[in-house]
Amino acid sequence: MNHIISIEDLVFEYEREEKLEPIKALDNVNIKIKKGSFIAIIGSNGSGKSTLAKNINALLLPSSGAVYVKGFNTTDETKLWEIRQTAGMVFQNPDNQLVSSIVEDDVAFGPENLGVEPAEIRKRVDNSLCAVNMYEERKKAPHLLSGGQKQRIAIAGVIAMKPECIILDEPTAMLDPHGRYEVMEIIERLHNEGITVILITHFMEETTRAERVIIMDAGKVAIDGAPAAVFANAKKIKELGLDVPFIVEIAERLRNRGIDIPKNIISIEEMVDYIACKFK
Amino acid sequence: MQIQVKNLNHIYSEGMPYESVSLKDVSFEIEKGEFVGVIGHTGSGKSTLIQHLNGLLKPKSGSILIDGIDITSGEVKMSDIRRRIGLVFQYPEYQLFEETIYKDVAFGPLNLGLTQEETDRRVKTAIKLVGLDYEEIDRRSPFELSGGQKRRVAIAGVIAMEPEILILDEPTAGLDPKSHADILQMIQIIHSARNTTIIIVSHNMDDIARLTNKILVLDKGKLAMAGTPAEVFSQADYLESLGLGLPLSAYLMNELRKRRIPVSEGILNIDEAEEELYSILKTY
Repeated sequence: MNHIISIEDLVFEYEREEKLEPIKALDNVNIKIKKGSFIAIIGSNGSGKSTLAKNINALLLPSSGAVYVKGFNTTDETKLWEIRQTAGMVFQNPDNQLVSSIVEDDVAFGPENLGVEPAEIRKRVDNSLCAVNMYEERKKAPHLLSGGQKQRIAIAGVIAMKPECIILDEPTAMLDPHGRYEVMEIIERLHNEGITVILITHFMEETTRAERVIIMDAGKVAIDGAPAAVFANAKKIKELGLDVPFIVEIAERLRNRGIDIPKNIISIEEMVDYIACKFK
Repeated sequence: MQIQVKNLNHIYSEGMPYESVSLKDVSFEIEKGEFVGVIGHTGSGKSTLIQHLNGLLKPKSGSILIDGIDITSGEVKMSDIRRRIGLVFQYPEYQLFEETIYKDVAFGPLNLGLTQEETDRRVKTAIKLVGLDYEEIDRRSPFELSGGQKRRVAIAGVIAMEPEILILDEPTAGLDPKSHADILQMIQIIHSARNTTIIIVSHNMDDIARLTNKILVLDKGKLAMAGTPAEVFSQADYLESLGLGLPLSAYLMNELRKRRIPVSEGILNIDEAEEELYSILKTY
């Protein structure tokens, strides 16, 4: 069993008032996610990204089809805790997901609810705060922290549940450049430690760090593949209301002028390495 | 000079345990028709500053002159200020409330005491300026629209006041790349249609570099820097120390420079970056 998440023929409809047809937010979605992978999900507003994320940890349940998390069907109520513990979620607005008036209490909230032993809770809280570089701030009040710090506390709260998978729904949308950098560093570190990462984002630059990019459009999977392959079709990407990462665009322009830049170069770091290497 | 801010000071929760200085001795000037960017990390005072500019907050000391009139003095009518200086908050679509798009956009002008005829004209003009089809949407509910469209309607509500100065706080936050580009294009159209002064708060350095002619950099409530995009973004290390960054093109050039690859200064957009890379790489 190497698929931690398996989404099969998933359809999700939002019910509306009696007279109105329900809105089909997800339309026959099939995705299998390997344990330990790093996936970016992109798509225009209303394409179904967030609905998909909420179906993965049973905040929403399929209208038809099925979602399996570690083999558990999300409609199986007896497995709800295992599912939520396996797949933790971080949302866009940090102010809407912190519950306590002290940082370390907030991180302890999840494990306390799981009935974890106090000594083990202490250990998990300390480890989680260290993992997001927020241990020094553990006694502070969350509302006095910056946006990036609050979002890292939210991530620590999820890590304290020892999840195998973290789903982040536009975690950097409200952050300043430094906050965005901090959160992306943490995400990359979690991935390196073996946690499966599903990152929903509108920032194309962030997708260059992922191993696989899934593009949603009108409730369906439009494109699914490695970032370099997905972004190779810039025209199609723009038709879907998206954009290609900066380096993909600039490399394509240079290729059109006869400069041969390998197709697998999609991030600024890779481009800098490539040019520096040519210069030696 | 349209806007003159002199020695502005503001303190939050003065006399309370959590008292904190949020603006400290801020001074700058903005000419009519300028396109100004305000950048700074979270908590640097950006929102506090723009709320002062249309009189939502009162300074502890200092003055704000709009066309020579000090709006911090008690004699100025706030309704006059707000008519001339429009403020679009973050996520303005959360403030939509009327049954139809027409009514929502007309709310401000009607409150100004304008005639029905003048209100009609303004609503039509505003909806057209934000790039929506008036005939098609005027009777529809704003809540039926997509996120990007809702935001346009909310901005139209401010535009319909026909402000001379339009301030936008993170107008593209949370939008997909297409809606993001559309909203910025819309702001450029508003800017050129009536020579409206634009002040935009953003965390997106690429947008700021591309759109503005002047940047105000805030840090811990102080004005850390003010200048053209080329001047401000030439200070990579300083910006980083303030929790900010560079536009992607400038960042790329800066990283190349660190690897001892000789690249030109002052590159701020993709076209310039393309030319620079082309001239470096064509010989290899």
